[in-house]
Amino acid sequence: MSTLLQVTDAHVAYGKVEAVRAVNLEVREGEIVTIIGANGAGKTTLLNATMGILPLKGGVTFTGQDISKLDIEDRVAAGLSLVPEHRELFATMNVEDNLLLGAFRIDKATAARSFERVYTLFPRLKERRKQLAGTMSGGEQQMLAMGRALMGAPKLLMLDEPSLGLAPIIVADIFRIVSELRAAGVSVLLVEQNAQAALKIADRAYVMELGEFILDGNASDIASNQRVVASYLGFQHEGASAI
Amino acid sequence: MRQRLLPILVFALVMAAIPFVPGVPPFWIVLLDNIGLAALVAMGLVLLTGVGGLTSFGQAAFCGFGAYTTAYLTTAYGMSPWLTLPMSLIVSGLAAVLLGIITMRLSGHYLPLGTIAWGISLFYLFSKLEFLGRNDGISGIPPLSIGTWKMLDPGSIYFPIWIAVIICALLSMNLLDSRTGRAIRALRRGHIAAEAFGVQTARAKLLVFIYAAVLAGLSGWLYAHFQRAANPTPFGPHLGIEYLFIAVVGGAGYVWGGVLGAAVVVILKEVLQSYLPLIFGGGGQLETIVFGILLVALLQLAPTGMWPWLTAWLPSGDSRKRPAPADALPARNDHRPDTGVLLQVDKARKQFGGVVAVNDVSFNVQAREIVALIGPNGAGKSTTFNLITGVLAATAGKVAVFGKSISGARPQEIVNLGIARTFQHVKLVPDMTVLENVALGAHLRGRSGALASMLRLDRADEAKLLAEAAKQIERVGLGDQMNQLAGSLSLGQQRIVEIARALCVDPLLLLLDEPAAGLRHMEKQQLAALLRQLRDGGMSVLLVEHDMGFVMNLANRIVVLDFGTKIAEGTPADIKTNPDVIKAYLGAVA
Amino acid sequence: MVSGADSVGERAALNTTILLFLLQDGITNGAIYALLGLALVLVFAVTRIILIPQGEFITFGALTYASLSAGQMPGTIKLAVAMGVVAFAFDLFTFRKALHAKRVLRSIAVNIVFPMAIWGVMWALGGRPGNIALNIALSLLIVAAIGLYLYRIAFQPIAHTSVLVLLIASVGCHLALQGFGLVFFGAEGQRGPAISSDAITIGALRFTGQSIAVYGITIALIVGLWLFFGYTLYGKALRATAVNRLGARLAGIRTSLSGQIAFLLASVIGAISGILIVPITTLYYDTGFLIGLKGFIAAIIGGLVSYPLTAAAAILVGCVEAFSSFYASNYKEVIVFTLILPVLVLRSLAAPEVEEEKD
Repeated sequence: MSTLLQVTDAHVAYGKVEAVRAVNLEVREGEIVTIIGANGAGKTTLLNATMGILPLKGGVTFTGQDISKLDIEDRVAAGLSLVPEHRELFATMNVEDNLLLGAFRIDKATAARSFERVYTLFPRLKERRKQLAGTMSGGEQQMLAMGRALMGAPKLLMLDEPSLGLAPIIVADIFRIVSELRAAGVSVLLVEQNAQAALKIADRAYVMELGEFILDGNASDIASNQRVVASYLGFQHEGASAI
Repeated sequence: MRQRLLPILVFALVMAAIPFVPGVPPFWIVLLDNIGLAALVAMGLVLLTGVGGLTSFGQAAFCGFGAYTTAYLTTAYGMSPWLTLPMSLIVSGLAAVLLGIITMRLSGHYLPLGTIAWGISLFYLFSKLEFLGRNDGISGIPPLSIGTWKMLDPGSIYFPIWIAVIICALLSMNLLDSRTGRAIRALRRGHIAAEAFGVQTARAKLLVFIYAAVLAGLSGWLYAHFQRAANPTPFGPHLGIEYLFIAVVGGAGYVWGGVLGAAVVVILKEVLQSYLPLIFGGGGQLETIVFGILLVALLQLAPTGMWPWLTAWLPSGDSRKRPAPADALPARNDHRPDTGVLLQVDKARKQFGGVVAVNDVSFNVQAREIVALIGPNGAGKSTTFNLITGVLAATAGKVAVFGKSISGARPQEIVNLGIARTFQHVKLVPDMTVLENVALGAHLRGRSGALASMLRLDRADEAKLLAEAAKQIERVGLGDQMNQLAGSLSLGQQRIVEIARALCVDPLLLLLDEPAAGLRHMEKQQLAALLRQLRDGGMSVLLVEHDMGFVMNLANRIVVLDFGTKIAEGTPADIKTNPDVIKAYLGAVA
Repeated sequence: MVSGADSVGERAALNTTILLFLLQDGITNGAIYALLGLALVLVFAVTRIILIPQGEFITFGALTYASLSAGQMPGTIKLAVAMGVVAFAFDLFTFRKALHAKRVLRSIAVNIVFPMAIWGVMWALGGRPGNIALNIALSLLIVAAIGLYLYRIAFQPIAHTSVLVLLIASVGCHLALQGFGLVFFGAEGQRGPAISSDAITIGALRFTGQSIAVYGITIALIVGLWLFFGYTLYGKALRATAVNRLGARLAGIRTSLSGQIAFLLASVIGAISGILIVPITTLYYDTGFLIGLKGFIAAIIGGLVSYPLTAAAAILVGCVEAFSSFYASNYKEVIVFTLILPVLVLRSLAAPEVEEEKD
């Protein structure tokens, strides 16, 4: 498997405060990689900086090409796509238009195929294609956000807390779709607080604390790591509390 | 104190000496007069726009009120200019009250647009009213005079102008560095945080609007006696716009930025007016072109204005220490009960359109108890907080404190009952120090008003507030960061600052929204210890938190929300084994 | 301002003829304010810029057209060429990190070739007054180029800053362009030839060809904009940028592209308004500011978001202006600009202020 995304020695700062320090991250083709960690650990910051929303000090290469100097839009064109924490949908436009704009940078024929693929993955969106995005439920909005990101036929999809605030049953749906994406040839970088669900579908995982990666490895190894179990997976070890 | 006044004293002496330096061209004095007049207006805008976040394009109209008031009264009734001074200020102030009541309610982009509209409207009114001389205005205004000394030339009116500038700068700085000033500075970050600590935001907005208008009125009064004529042109929309960009170019967040901006803009215009024709010949219109282009270029190079850019070069003189010890603020009079229900939430319901965010939720918080509210994001936890603190009005149901309903009470009234809160998304003023931010929490425990602050009559009161703030900062363990800007702290520390701010209320009940997020393990333990200590001291705590280790070890009772509905309530041990909770929130045990 | 009712000086009793006349006058002016209001809403929604230089687009369009019709070479073309060169330099500076031939060529085409081509056509005409259609087309192209480059030079570098800074920059542009207006067209007012000199009379009302053109073109533009925003990819992309800037960027839509399109549309709309007005009323280099402001009033009443509300408000502004110039011509402007205050009060009463996260 060749390397798709490589982030090397990344630092991201808000003013004087470094929210991400010396992070090295790799996603290979066909992989689902997850970053787990507590609220405020720097996961969202890292994703946003990788996408170019925040300035990042360090190297970012994608499909072997240095993208660290590119604008967000050019990273999108290169095949990198982000579904942000707040989804950032076009609330006053309908589902179909939201999806159409997801294919803004690609040709019409590919866009038509993308439509088919997204509607197959999310039949719900097809039913609701004339509904305004802002009037949909949280779960549907998450599906739409993922659908819009997929419309541009990305090579790597970065998902920021897709389960945030969703009903557990929808969370299960979302995670099932994420694992289907791998089968469809899309690699996924998944940031989650819901470590349990994320580790179940991921191939590899990074654990982030206070802006740094403190652990990485196979998802199954991470899931059985004592420290991770204590901090993220179960409250039953409350003697050891957080961390 | 000394350090603060010294540069101003030096500046005042230099300004006082300039007219006596031999060989200073009289023309420079005229320029300085104009700079002073513009600086007065810009200073008001600094407070209104840069500090308070309220953009106004209409300040030139207030100059007009000041100028026309004195012009009319001195020419039609022969009143002395010194008598018309208070009249000019009062008329500008009253105009501000009227316009402010209408426009200060407007939020976001409506406000600047609204001010453009009445700015233009007033300009036309000045130029159409018969008794103000229509387009020709009023001429023959008497000069200012002291005894037999008539201030006829630019060199003599120079003194009243610059005395006014320096006094107003001092008053403005005093105002900003006070209880009222902190309230004004908190406005820009939105009204919710300020109101949560008792600030009457509508009144604070109106106050700063009136203040800015009175400064503009003063400038207008001086202008009328400087020119000894008043016509509508200098009070029109173009000047209103120009004052605003004087403030922005100088640095809209800084009192002296207004003066610097006035100097830069007035001199720039003058230089362009006198030298461009020499270079390019003819065409006086070149000056506006070059001026406009320079303005855009300046904004591209220094979007925050020139004053911060300039002071960055100076050695930072900020050596403010821990505030001096002062008498403690009186503690809350209410009894701190040892038992009984402090807060009762009874079938509280909140609907947004068709969405039920909080669905008939009931629970209570007893005296000396820590209660945790847990549940997935979107379960209605923060909405519940907003119902309790009066930010949102409940669709149905009741919230009561000591058995007394607080439905419909505004946030300012609720904090007065002793309910203080922190926010999930930190709401500190990033360019205020930690100490100043925390002192905002003690807003309701101070009494000094704006006037007292300007005249520095508030020092005893202020010292107590700052001492209280310092005490609470030490208590949460951020003593070393007291004089840092709040925005420079890590997010975890900022959450702790919010707790210190809430403690300044001297609350009976503390509402904490995700206080442990972003903290390290040690810090979490310290926070837990602090909260236990507060509880043992008689305070109750209601907290929302995702860190189950933290919650399970700390809370006496836990309330679990899911989809806005309470699904369980009980001790940590009960909750951990509750099948509904495991299914909805905690997840199957791995 | 744009008024055919200037001469109605004496106070006459309001009879049906006068009523209809005033209404007609109000609607004609209102239609133009509506166009301007729509452009302002568009630009603000997409870029957060309050477009004060809209007034200059009006005067530039009108006076360029008038100059061309009089067989003169308008100075605006030189400005367009010069701004194109500066815009190209800005582009090169931005590209310096990743210099692709394709981008540079595109930039040359847009910033250098385009204005030079217009100049070439005008040079080829050699000062002969062309026909009306050609003059209109040339005027529109020149102003469109100026609008496009104005965004590139003045606003694109500070596109991320606060609304206040953008507003002040907007004022700076207004001042500079107004100064250029004085240089190019002098302090004398000008009029341009009417698009049509025909007229029809229906009952007591006489419709000039020009006023019919005003209605027709306004309606056509509004329908055109509606089609553009509702049915084209770029129109939807512009809406998307207005609704959610980050979302648009994540979909690969460049905010700078959206900004340029918005400015292009606004400048063309401004120029069309100017060309429609200049045969009816004499325009001076600084008249545009006040006309633009009235479009503004309409836009504010529309809350800077709603197009239909803005158009309706514009007609209202036009009618209030026409009636107040009849009853109290002295206080016409006072009345028009005060009109907004009750509207704002109503708005703030209806929708209590909401907390907004400031940038």
